[in-house]
Amino acid sequence: MSPKATTLTPQAYLLAQSRWHPLEIAFWLATLLPFVLFPDYLSLASQIAITALFALSLDIILGYAGIVSLGHAAFFGIGAYTAGLISKFVWGEPLSGLVLATAAAGIVGFAVSFIVSRFRHFTLIMITLGLGLLAFEAANRAHWLTGGSDGLQGVSIWPVLGLFHFDLYGYTAYAYSLATLFVVFLGTRRLVNSPFGLALRGIRENWVRMPAIGADSRAHIRKAYTIAAAIAGLAGAVLAQTTENVSLESISFQRSADVVVMLVLGGAGRLYGGLIGATIFMLARDQFSGIAPQFWYFWIGVLLVTVVMVLPNGILGGLSALYARWRAK
Amino acid sequence: MTATAHPAKDVIANRAIALATHGLSKAFGSLTVARDIELNLPVGARYALIGPNGAGKTTLINLMTGMLAPNAGQILLGGDDITALGPQERVRRGLARTFQINTLFAGLNALEAVTLAVAERRGLAGQFWRSVGSNSEAIDEAYEILRKLKLGDDCYQVTRELPYGRQRLLEIALALATKPKVLLLDEPAAGVPQEESGEVFEAVAGLSDDLTLLFIEHDMHVVFRFASHIIVLVGGAIFTEGSPAEIAADPGVREVYLGKRKHG
Repeated sequence: MSPKATTLTPQAYLLAQSRWHPLEIAFWLATLLPFVLFPDYLSLASQIAITALFALSLDIILGYAGIVSLGHAAFFGIGAYTAGLISKFVWGEPLSGLVLATAAAGIVGFAVSFIVSRFRHFTLIMITLGLGLLAFEAANRAHWLTGGSDGLQGVSIWPVLGLFHFDLYGYTAYAYSLATLFVVFLGTRRLVNSPFGLALRGIRENWVRMPAIGADSRAHIRKAYTIAAAIAGLAGAVLAQTTENVSLESISFQRSADVVVMLVLGGAGRLYGGLIGATIFMLARDQFSGIAPQFWYFWIGVLLVTVVMVLPNGILGGLSALYARWRAK
Repeated sequence: MTATAHPAKDVIANRAIALATHGLSKAFGSLTVARDIELNLPVGARYALIGPNGAGKTTLINLMTGMLAPNAGQILLGGDDITALGPQERVRRGLARTFQINTLFAGLNALEAVTLAVAERRGLAGQFWRSVGSNSEAIDEAYEILRKLKLGDDCYQVTRELPYGRQRLLEIALALATKPKVLLLDEPAAGVPQEESGEVFEAVAGLSDDLTLLFIEHDMHVVFRFASHIIVLVGGAIFTEGSPAEIAADPGVREVYLGKRKHG
């Protein structure tokens, strides 16, 4: 800890933990650059924002509470299919679709949280993996509803607020995804800096001690898991609406695994880790699949192994260690 | 919070019983680790629990705090039967413990850890829309606990980087943040060099007189200095109990325990 910190009062010190850093403001300003600098890549930018939102949701449970999940795409998929089906059978108004899709994923997440909060470690990995596979097969078998492997066709979304059409270039799509990401990020940032966020870190740091300080860890986990599931569902809904299509891929094991990889690459439990990880992952996929479409995962593997070996706290962890050293000079 | 005010049936020296066990037993298969334990801790007591390694001292604490379920028997906190309650429920009713092996939040600093414990007690830990820093009363309370244990200057340091002796004090700070009525200390100075263990026990001795204490300790000098009453546990059963003078004079105790003081 820097010597400066010791001169702060305890409350001032804790308040300083949640203060906005100039780099954060720079980060969010930079997210606007694609509109000006890369107008041809707005669809990709939108995909990145959606994936970042999904990674952010996993960070709450995996990064902060230390609860591993290999089936998080189930909630992403539930959100995506809910939003898609609402637009197909009810109406195409996007914002109400987001709300309903988020609620659907949250309700399923709440139900599942009663199972998840009872287990830890390897058992939990297997349970979440199994639940994820169940969700995938359910979506696959319900061909009449979801379109199965053909994808959900006929999704049509009305203009956002009745004004902004989802255009071919992706202006509206990126603005819509980015706005959703930013709003949820603000909420998540509040959450991790709250007493509840501290309790989640307590669960991650020492599961045994929590009951000895009178904490009901399972209740905390149920709450965190429900919130994370709802946000994952929201991310899925944004994907369904901006692409006007839902594929089985949105609920696949691959997506569950990818989001864990992104979080580990970026740095779990750091709020921006998922955002950075998702950006790097999606850009790498875009670039590497241009070089060798069949083998782009090879490079993701190389990247993952290198980061895990060299930077145990992810790319962001490495950067913040460098930054701390630079400031100490 | 709970009805500790009503008079308990058993009374030693006209003082109410803070914590009692009746016929408490536990066995793992054929291995009996607790045998028919009768224990009465009067309010404000300073009791020591001693016995050779493997006597079941930590097991007894695990049973009383709900981390292990007994096969038989009852645990009463302030006269209320808490045998069926989970560990966190017992903590909320005022029964706290520390651990022989540091069981801390390695990645949190001391201020965050104790603030978390205070927030849990005050029912704030479910709050996710306000920042930790805005709960000034909880923070002040946490800092006051740390300051009393002389951890005030180290409170921004991440727990895993604290010197070992400080970590032992943080063990106690976390337990105190739950505002216990009864505190069970499992070898509070375990692993601390002998010349520094005094610091830990001075902190223990400085705790409020209202607090009922039971501590496990191997160092007989410390036991005789700080305990008003000693319980000797051998093979999962209470071998004998009495004042320090009685225990020191007991030939049986000398044989099973004092004779092999080096962690026999």
